[in-house]
Amino acid sequence: MRAVDRISFRIDSGEVVGYIGPNGAGKSTTVKMLTGILTPSAGHIRVAGLNPVRQRVALARRIGVVFGQRTGLWWDLPLTDSFELLRHLHRIPSARYRENLELFTELLDLGAFLHIPVRQLSLGQRMRGDLTAALLHDPRIVYLDEPTIGLDVVSKAAVRSFLAEINRERGTTVLLTTHDLDDIERLCGRVMVIAGGRLVYDGSVDGLRGRVNAERTLVVDLAAPAPRLDLPAEPPGARVIRVDGPRQWVAFPATASAAPLITAITARHEVVDISLREPDIDEVVRRLYLGGLRSSAAAASSVGDPSGTDDPSETGGRSATSAK
Amino acid sequence: MRVYVEVALRGFRRHATYRSAAVAGAFTNTMFGFIRAYVLIALWQARPQLGGYDVVDAVTFAFLTQTLIAPVAVFGAPLELGERVRTGDVAMDLQRPADFQGWWLAADLGRALFALGFRGVVPLAAGALAFRLDLPTEPHVWLAFAVSTLLAVVVSFALRYLVALSAFWLLDDRGVHAIAGIAAMFFSGLLLPLVAFPGWLGAFARALPWAAIIQVPADVFLGEHTGAGLAGALGFQAAWAVILLALGRLVTAAAAGKVVVHGG
Repeated sequence: MRAVDRISFRIDSGEVVGYIGPNGAGKSTTVKMLTGILTPSAGHIRVAGLNPVRQRVALARRIGVVFGQRTGLWWDLPLTDSFELLRHLHRIPSARYRENLELFTELLDLGAFLHIPVRQLSLGQRMRGDLTAALLHDPRIVYLDEPTIGLDVVSKAAVRSFLAEINRERGTTVLLTTHDLDDIERLCGRVMVIAGGRLVYDGSVDGLRGRVNAERTLVVDLAAPAPRLDLPAEPPGARVIRVDGPRQWVAFPATASAAPLITAITARHEVVDISLREPDIDEVVRRLYLGGLRSSAAAASSVGDPSGTDDPSETGGRSATSAK
Repeated sequence: MRVYVEVALRGFRRHATYRSAAVAGAFTNTMFGFIRAYVLIALWQARPQLGGYDVVDAVTFAFLTQTLIAPVAVFGAPLELGERVRTGDVAMDLQRPADFQGWWLAADLGRALFALGFRGVVPLAAGALAFRLDLPTEPHVWLAFAVSTLLAVVVSFALRYLVALSAFWLLDDRGVHAIAGIAAMFFSGLLLPLVAFPGWLGAFARALPWAAIIQVPADVFLGEHTGAGLAGALGFQAAWAVILLALGRLVTAAAAGKVVVHGG
């Protein structure tokens, strides 16, 4: 069985790249190959100029790894014990170690639990500990495999701003695997999507939205329940996709302007409120995943059409222009 | 090298955090020391000089081996490694820039030192208060016993390391661990001193690696080996340590390719 197949990419120094895909797509497999603990059956990998399998130990000194659902910390001992051990493991000079620990303690707010055994830490605290552990030795590259999994919003925000800071201040290259697309939108200039072991997208986050034929949605609140809205001819493709009492949902191509549509609706109906929803990146990604899993090359159908979401012909294969 | 000392230190400290477990363990080991002592007294009164031991040797054997149970982990103390293989956490361990087997050995030596110092001394001390024991009087015997105990821990580690690695193939090392535990209890001499095993069974049992974890250090303590015999006994332990550690390295290399199976 092939976990990953024909995946090819290059990441430049200092980039923050999101690596996303459904469960079992091959994300962790890729990361394990990049760290040298898995040997690819075929192909060629270089990380920081090194062959990950043959030069695994030399590489391990230049990279940091966080597997979000795993920990490398000593469960029964205070967090500082694990950090001190890493100082010896990576032979970090004392001054540099103190400097880094001070900085990370400040950025990740570790002060309150540095001396508490890891088993007593909350998930968010433990994750901040694991992040520190991965970065104490100033790695040039850090792999983060689901670093925000299971975290509350405050901890997620702390992890994200920390990563942004480390990337900005130190130029650390970041490869971020996640299911949380907020992570991607807030941190990554570039995103790679893997599905069914294949790379199905590699480009900007905005480009990802344009990749499928995305739609925006107008949510119209009328003064009273009414039959389906009478929509103008412009923009083409606009249609009512849902009616719930006085509220109606109007989908239209993301590339079209909302203005004429709003003007026409407010002219013809008594409207209380209107709001506009951007194409949901989760939905966009879901379509890419389905497309990649089915390996189908048919054209994309529209996003947001409940009747079409399970159509097996859907795919992210269309290279549309920018959505906005 | 420093990093392995630090790992051993943490292996010691993490077990030191479970003080009530250590106290309970010391109490249990001591109680069973008395039970085993009386069983062996009955046996040696019926069969004096069995296997070259006298009654005092047999009683000493009972308490000394109760002392060794925890450090050499006869009943297990499964390496956390097996559990980490099962959950996939081992990926974190494999990517560390350190020797994988050496790391786990260092942690286990730390554990053993704590087990000996804070749990193991109790049964022997209690036995010495209640009975006349055959304690070594010469410093070089104590030294030889220290070396022998260290080698016993290494052999025990090397065996448990192989058991833990089986999880790469079996997905779970608990079954293998249970079987290995029974083999260890019988063939180490803990159930009955191997000197009392008759004929070919005795010779066979005394050649297996489990003899190196209980019977040999006990015989060194009792002064059964001297001169070339002592060197031979320690050599026997060292040989098993080297063979089993080397086997462990081979299996580690083979296991590395199995990482993908666990935890995605």
